[in-house]
Amino acid sequence: MSVPTITNRPYHPLRWFITDALAITQRDLRHWIQQPATILLTWGFPIMLTLMFGGLFGGAMKVPTDSSYFTFLMPGIFGLTIFFGLEGTAQAITVDTTRGIIDRFRSLPINSSTVIFGRCLTDMLDSTIGLVILIGTGLVLGWRWQHGFAAALAGFGLLLFLRFALLWLGIYLGLKRKNPGLASPLQILVWPIGFLSNVFVDPATMPGWLGALATWNPLSATIAATRQLFGNPTFPATAESWAAQHAILLALLWPLLITVIFLPLSAYTFRRLDH
Amino acid sequence: MSSSLAIIAEDVHKHYPNSTPGAGLNGFNLQVPTGTVCGLLGPNGAGKTTAVRILTTLLQLDAGRAIVAGYDVQHQGRQLREVIGLVGQAAAVDEIITGQQNLELFGKLHHLNGATARQRAAELLERFGLSAAANLSVGKYSGGMRRKLDLAASLLVAPSVLFVDEPTTGLDPAARQEVWTALRELIATGTTILLTTQYLEEADQLADQIVLLQAGKVIAADTPTALKQALGSERLELRLHQAEDLAPSLTIAQPLTVGDIGVDQETLTLSIPVTSGIQSLLAVANHLNQHGIEPADLQIRRPTLDEVFLHLTQQPATVQ
Repeated sequence: MSVPTITNRPYHPLRWFITDALAITQRDLRHWIQQPATILLTWGFPIMLTLMFGGLFGGAMKVPTDSSYFTFLMPGIFGLTIFFGLEGTAQAITVDTTRGIIDRFRSLPINSSTVIFGRCLTDMLDSTIGLVILIGTGLVLGWRWQHGFAAALAGFGLLLFLRFALLWLGIYLGLKRKNPGLASPLQILVWPIGFLSNVFVDPATMPGWLGALATWNPLSATIAATRQLFGNPTFPATAESWAAQHAILLALLWPLLITVIFLPLSAYTFRRLDH
Repeated sequence: MSSSLAIIAEDVHKHYPNSTPGAGLNGFNLQVPTGTVCGLLGPNGAGKTTAVRILTTLLQLDAGRAIVAGYDVQHQGRQLREVIGLVGQAAAVDEIITGQQNLELFGKLHHLNGATARQRAAELLERFGLSAAANLSVGKYSGGMRRKLDLAASLLVAPSVLFVDEPTTGLDPAARQEVWTALRELIATGTTILLTTQYLEEADQLADQIVLLQAGKVIAADTPTALKQALGSERLELRLHQAEDLAPSLTIAQPLTVGDIGVDQETLTLSIPVTSGIQSLLAVANHLNQHGIEPADLQIRRPTLDEVFLHLTQQPATVQ
């Protein structure tokens, strides 16, 4: 039996990079189709959180205006969902880089960083779809944006910018983790870090030092900024802090800082796989 | 650069700072002529996988030089990767998507267009007897099927040099035979193959040249026949039930042997050096039957990897 010689397309760095990344994205999307339960759970879980916190605790919450707790909660849930995406990125990267398939990718005539780039495209798409589903949920529950569509879009833009920054943190943590089967500290830590914020409550109601941590949490910055842009209620006491007054600035600076640190660190760690 | 050599390694060194000594390479030299099969044989930790990873650009070498299909592993990685195939130790396929989708993906990453990648994937699945499982998630494949898919994934674009790292480790005998058959077909096409294995039998079955590796260094390189001659012939081991069967069995074995028959009075076992294991086994069984002697056990023993290494280095193969 003979192996036919097939002429492949001639080398063109940029075109190859794009088609390679798209091929890898397609593979990641096929995971969704093969395992629909996983992705549906990812998208459905925040809806459950919304109903649980909004429905169970909402009645006990003192919202600053006479609006419903959901109008305060929704931007928090948007931010929390974006933040939880971190774990998904890290897990996918660990699975891909600790199993044999990374050797296959790296022995192919591709720029191996396309594996990472394809992951970025998939995760951004994942989070965008998740966000759209949540926006629909919020609208059903009575949440509205009050300052026009442009401001709302800016708010969603800030959320996705945070997601983009967290990609690099996730990739870095995923590359550092050596065993995908182990429950990582990250899986547990996303909870306290996510909750240590202004997602559910006013940080001013927390003990002083905890409140300060919550206020300066990058997640809080993005959520405070989106509440501002959506015209959703916020708490007067917190609103006096410098962080709250410069929420939009911080919602740009924090993700930028995370990206500047972890993008090169991820790239470096990925390249060091051949050592 | 000699064009008749597909793989050249010259004094390659690789040390792992935090791992067991011996797993790296320590002055590794190799020459594999184009169109031949080289069996890289050695115990665990000898450096076989390290050698393969360096030659396929997955790992950087510390010192030395290596050239595969005319390309330098350190400076021409991309060009090199266009003309090689790698079948690694762990099945390097996506376990969630289907076999067909796997091969299409790797075809596209070899820069075939979509239609060609699809067609090529279907051809290879057919060739490896995986057509029925084409649309099945790879997670549902058996170990042997996965290995074959892995092999298929390395052949999307006919490689000039194929690296196969321990292709049958952990497979059951039936699956091993299937993988060997697939490799034999490939060998018949004239593809240069570097095969690593822990099994002497595997190298013997498939390779033109056997290279023995120990502690990151080549300790012998020769044809399988020459190596076996150096090691002595095969042996028949005949174990008996009763002591009175020993004498007639010796008489039966005497004309078939090519050396001195070892007799163990305690275990009632004869160790009979022969040239052709199977023929001698049949002849001995036949004669025993005619004489009404029922053996407790009769088997062919080939030199084990341990014995090869013992012979060549006077030290046991298992380092750890």
